[in-house]
Amino acid sequence: MGKLIPKPKMSAIEAAYVPEIARGLRVTIGRFIKNTFTSRDNASNEIDTVDYPEEKRVYPERFRGIHRLTHRADGSPRCVACLCCSTACPAQCIHIEPAEYGPNDARQGYERYPAVFVIDELRCIFCGFCVEACPCDAIRMDSGMHVPPSTRREHFIFDKEMLMAIPGADGTFETQNPRHEPGDPSHPGIDREHH
Amino acid sequence: MDAIYVGALIAKILFVLVIVLTLSPVLVWADRRQSAMIQDRLGPIKAGIPIGGGKSITLAGLLHPLADALKFMWKEDFIPPAADKLLHALAPVISVIPTIAAFAVIPFGDTIYLDHLFEVLPADPSGRAIPFQVATLNVGILYVFAVTGTGVIGAAIAGYCSNNKYSLLGGLRAAGQMVSYEVTLGLSLVGCFMLYNTLLLEDMVAWQVERGFFAWGIFRQPLAFILFYAGSIAETKRIPFDIPEGESELAGGYFTEYSGMKFGMFMMGEYIAMVVSCALLTVLFFGGWSVPFLARDGFHLFSSHLPLPHIAVTLIYIASFLVKVIFLLWLTLMIRWSLPRFRYDQVMKMCWRYMLPLSLFNIFVTAIVILLANR
Repeated sequence: MGKLIPKPKMSAIEAAYVPEIARGLRVTIGRFIKNTFTSRDNASNEIDTVDYPEEKRVYPERFRGIHRLTHRADGSPRCVACLCCSTACPAQCIHIEPAEYGPNDARQGYERYPAVFVIDELRCIFCGFCVEACPCDAIRMDSGMHVPPSTRREHFIFDKEMLMAIPGADGTFETQNPRHEPGDPSHPGIDREHH
Repeated sequence: MDAIYVGALIAKILFVLVIVLTLSPVLVWADRRQSAMIQDRLGPIKAGIPIGGGKSITLAGLLHPLADALKFMWKEDFIPPAADKLLHALAPVISVIPTIAAFAVIPFGDTIYLDHLFEVLPADPSGRAIPFQVATLNVGILYVFAVTGTGVIGAAIAGYCSNNKYSLLGGLRAAGQMVSYEVTLGLSLVGCFMLYNTLLLEDMVAWQVERGFFAWGIFRQPLAFILFYAGSIAETKRIPFDIPEGESELAGGYFTEYSGMKFGMFMMGEYIAMVVSCALLTVLFFGGWSVPFLARDGFHLFSSHLPLPHIAVTLIYIASFLVKVIFLLWLTLMIRWSLPRFRYDQVMKMCWRYMLPLSLFNIFVTAIVILLANR
């Protein structure tokens, strides 16, 4: 048996309907006057509409936006193709094909680089695990942009060039964390020969 | 009938048509923008004519009705295969034309004396007198009821001929609701007829002008005002009485199967009917074109007198009438965006069990008061 909830009794004034309409009208007319006769910047104006394409709301600082691959000082990717991000990725949207640097490169035999680095932005769930997993600060989601919409699936497959062409929210391609290349004075001196 | 009268008649008809046909698209805009303001939105403001540099003239969204009209014209005019083609085309016409025709007897201003246009009107004006209404019919307001009553035929036919169950239900509801509310609408005004002692709209205004501000119908017949206002909202089938088009149950109600300009005509008919009912309310309850303290020869405030030429007074009268109508339209839109919809049984119950007895009660009380006052 369900519990019978009695209908609330209306007072005579409420049942007459007209005073209650007047009360409702007072609310709506107040709103109308407030929003019509004050400018958008006025504190009492309550219109929250953002004219989206013309006017954009700034994303918060820690917003996980579109991925980017950070650069070294010489413009090559910081990524060392360790596959930590693609391993951590729960959506399995990162595909990396590692490659060795050439024989004359100081990094040859010491680091690898991604020959192919592809993120499927449609599969990505924007959890940020790849950024957490990266030991080199090579992949970041601090671009402050969402993935631009498109009607074609191919447009969401971001390759290495695309990911490296996306700047951070501050407009730079590098990060605040310094990189210590072999040969730099700040390099700890551990490489293939000295370890 | 000489050329000046014919010319004046044509000018009056054009005036009425311009007022009505501009007010209805502006009302579409007002409806959308006003609701936006109530609901903390911006509403339609984007449609505009580009003027280069990424800028465009939008007139605060006033071009949206224009864009709507253009779209209506280019849309496919779809007629359901099993529909009655003749009636399907006829129904929107039937629902628009009578509502426009109802304006014929509404007085927009006081009688104009052509010979005295640029001077202060003397106490006994002579020469050509042109009443500021298209037709001075001796049946007056009964004519309005007769023609607006035809509107129900349009809705009912639209529901019947579309060969669609939703349309049919909408048409039935429209017919039931409009016929019921017409009874209340008529009876609520009987008190006014007794008070004004006339059926002519121009004489009703004259009665209210003669007796001053506190003789306006809203002070003398407040109950009739509320009943007539509610009834006229029900007649125009707008929220809270928009049962015939109830989107949640009936898709679009009786005009579900209409597209393009035919649908546009139904919508226009609805808005014009709103203008008609607000103009009627102005005439009956808000002193028509009258302005407090403004007589035909200028302002009279206590013992001081500011004389004004006849043409200025006439223009003020017309402006006053339009301002009153626009205020009432604004209030009607406000009510429409403040209230939820009634159920169908509630609409009918309200009409037959509350509003009809109340309007009879109003007649009874008015009769007693008039009888006692005239003894």
